[in-house]
Amino acid sequence: MTATLRPDPTFYPSPKLAMAGPTERYAYTALPRPDKTRPDAIGVVDTVRGSKTFGKVVHKIELTHKGDELHHFGWNACSSMLCPMTAHPHVERRYLIVPGMRSSRIYIIDTKPDPAHAKIVKVIEPEEVIEKTGYSRPHTVHCGPEGIYISTLGGRGKDGTESLPGVFLMDCETFDIIGPWEMDRGPQKMSYDFWWNITKDYMISSEWALPPQFENGLVAEDLLSNRYGHTLHFWNLRQRKNVQSIDLGANHQMPLEIRPAHDPSRNYGFVGVVVDTTNLEASIWTWYREKGTFKAAKTATISPEPADPAKLPPLLKGFGAVPPLVSDIDLSLDDKFLYVACWGTGELRQYDVSDPMKPTLAGSVKVGGIADRTPHPNGTAFAGGPQMVEISRDGKRAYFTNSLYSTWDDQFYPDGVPGLQVMANVKPGGGIELDKEFLVEFEPGYRSHQVRLEGGDCSTDSFCFPSK
Amino acid sequence: MTSIAEHPGAWLAIVGLGFYHGINPGMGWLFAVSNGMQERRGSAVFAALPPIAAGHVLAMAAVLLPFALLAVSMEQIKALGLLAGVALIAFGVYKLVNRRHPRFLARIGPDRLVLWSFLMATAHGAGLMLLPVYLGLRVPHHDHAAMAQMAGDGILSASVVALVHTSAMLLIGGAIAWAVYRYLGLRLLQRAWFNLDLVWAACLIVVGGIALVMTINA
Repeated sequence: MTATLRPDPTFYPSPKLAMAGPTERYAYTALPRPDKTRPDAIGVVDTVRGSKTFGKVVHKIELTHKGDELHHFGWNACSSMLCPMTAHPHVERRYLIVPGMRSSRIYIIDTKPDPAHAKIVKVIEPEEVIEKTGYSRPHTVHCGPEGIYISTLGGRGKDGTESLPGVFLMDCETFDIIGPWEMDRGPQKMSYDFWWNITKDYMISSEWALPPQFENGLVAEDLLSNRYGHTLHFWNLRQRKNVQSIDLGANHQMPLEIRPAHDPSRNYGFVGVVVDTTNLEASIWTWYREKGTFKAAKTATISPEPADPAKLPPLLKGFGAVPPLVSDIDLSLDDKFLYVACWGTGELRQYDVSDPMKPTLAGSVKVGGIADRTPHPNGTAFAGGPQMVEISRDGKRAYFTNSLYSTWDDQFYPDGVPGLQVMANVKPGGGIELDKEFLVEFEPGYRSHQVRLEGGDCSTDSFCFPSK
Repeated sequence: MTSIAEHPGAWLAIVGLGFYHGINPGMGWLFAVSNGMQERRGSAVFAALPPIAAGHVLAMAAVLLPFALLAVSMEQIKALGLLAGVALIAFGVYKLVNRRHPRFLARIGPDRLVLWSFLMATAHGAGLMLLPVYLGLRVPHHDHAAMAQMAGDGILSASVVALVHTSAMLLIGGAIAWAVYRYLGLRLLQRAWFNLDLVWAACLIVVGGIALVMTINA
């Protein structure tokens, strides 16, 4: 791997400088293929307005194996390479690290020299991942002080429950798997997403479920008896130790995406809770550090919507309502707007979180949804609901896809979830509106999950310098 | 103790290497900028400098002090001078071949800034770079009484060399930190943060080469 003479131009010292960077030209979108007739793929989508292929797939990187189940992925290097204590500014943001969540296989995809013709350069087989880390079902990828950090959902054994899941490290230049990250996991027994504040030296991780609770679909008995994850874990990042765990309350099932403020001088962040089993509500929680102690408070709730049971899948018929099912949240680089995907009710919400303890609804678009099935404004049918959200660096566009996870899609949207990607334009000062021109319909058979933007996006980069 | 008048070149080299180390963002000024910006006050830029300097001076002392005690006779100084030259060249070649950054440094948190600065300087071979210059300042003695005196002088001169060098490093590093914090801004990092890994490795080799030539000719 070659070192550059000057820092990679896509590394930005502060969130503000990242916002002023050039507009993204491509989106990379994970395209799982649940029927397993072909391998999953990464689609490269043209995002340049005015281009002949705007909103079209210009290239597809088909993986080498079938049934990997792509979910989340990330970059080998990002703005955290400019962090003063662990500066490594002359590597390139070049490789996508793409884990198969079902297979535990990891693909390394080179996006240079031509981002529209990215190609696979390395495949790490599941046996190697499991042998070197003791973990399986790799998930979130972040680039940080010690290289590439990857969270996992399972441990050893066929169903991934013979040992605990956690985070492991990978070298950001050679892609060698280094080993498990934790020195002391404390009470942590489940895992999902994680992120950090590098300068304040802490990490936060969340809990979804153990593999038997998600791989074959949502287990209703487990959910109703509150056996999914409901705890946040706080870690000393450099010492790799769990320093505090906060139980959000057993009824707050599945805290998923962790979104810390991008400005490193801010000691707070957000997490979305999928469902409150007492009332089907979804909630947004704000976690924060005060005098060295972490706290978390429920700062916004989203109510379920009553619906005709005839319109509901078997799983929900008995409730006569659609839960919002907040499955992803994403925070703009200026820490001003939090985007909240309500996959069940078919809504993307925009909250103004200038006061992080008081999120206020600033905008909303409705599309898809279990009961509503709102079509896209250009008239195209929209199955599924707003799912993985990715905001452009400048905060002006929010891209999102419609599939959650193969077996869960089938339970909540039994009529199928053909892969789509759409985009909402953000009005200055708040408010969002779906872009009529941008609707990517992926090839039949593919679903769509996480989106990464060329040069970085709002859930990729970590910064060590504040904006002001 | 060797006066500046006697060895102006050596003292110039000690200060020059201080400037050179100070310019390197990896030696600490970048941390000072981040610290100032996070706390939104200029004094926080300067608050970061003492621990960085303490770590750096310790890294220098750790390399120089053993030699202050070892090198007392002419033969010893000469032998150690050759050794230092060879070590520098070997370390420089290693840095040329292996451009990977040592990962263990990433385990040190911001609450252990002195240790971080010490290890950063050590991992870069900063103390080693200073060693031949220091050895060049040593004046050998032959009778035993004077040798004991010499060891004492050696400790003193090693400390002075480490302090003078670190002051120069601190001066330039602090000035850059303040300039970036107050006037130049973070965009500079994107434009002007040149990759000095090769230059640094070449510098180790060059200093090692000079040390060898000077030791042989002495």
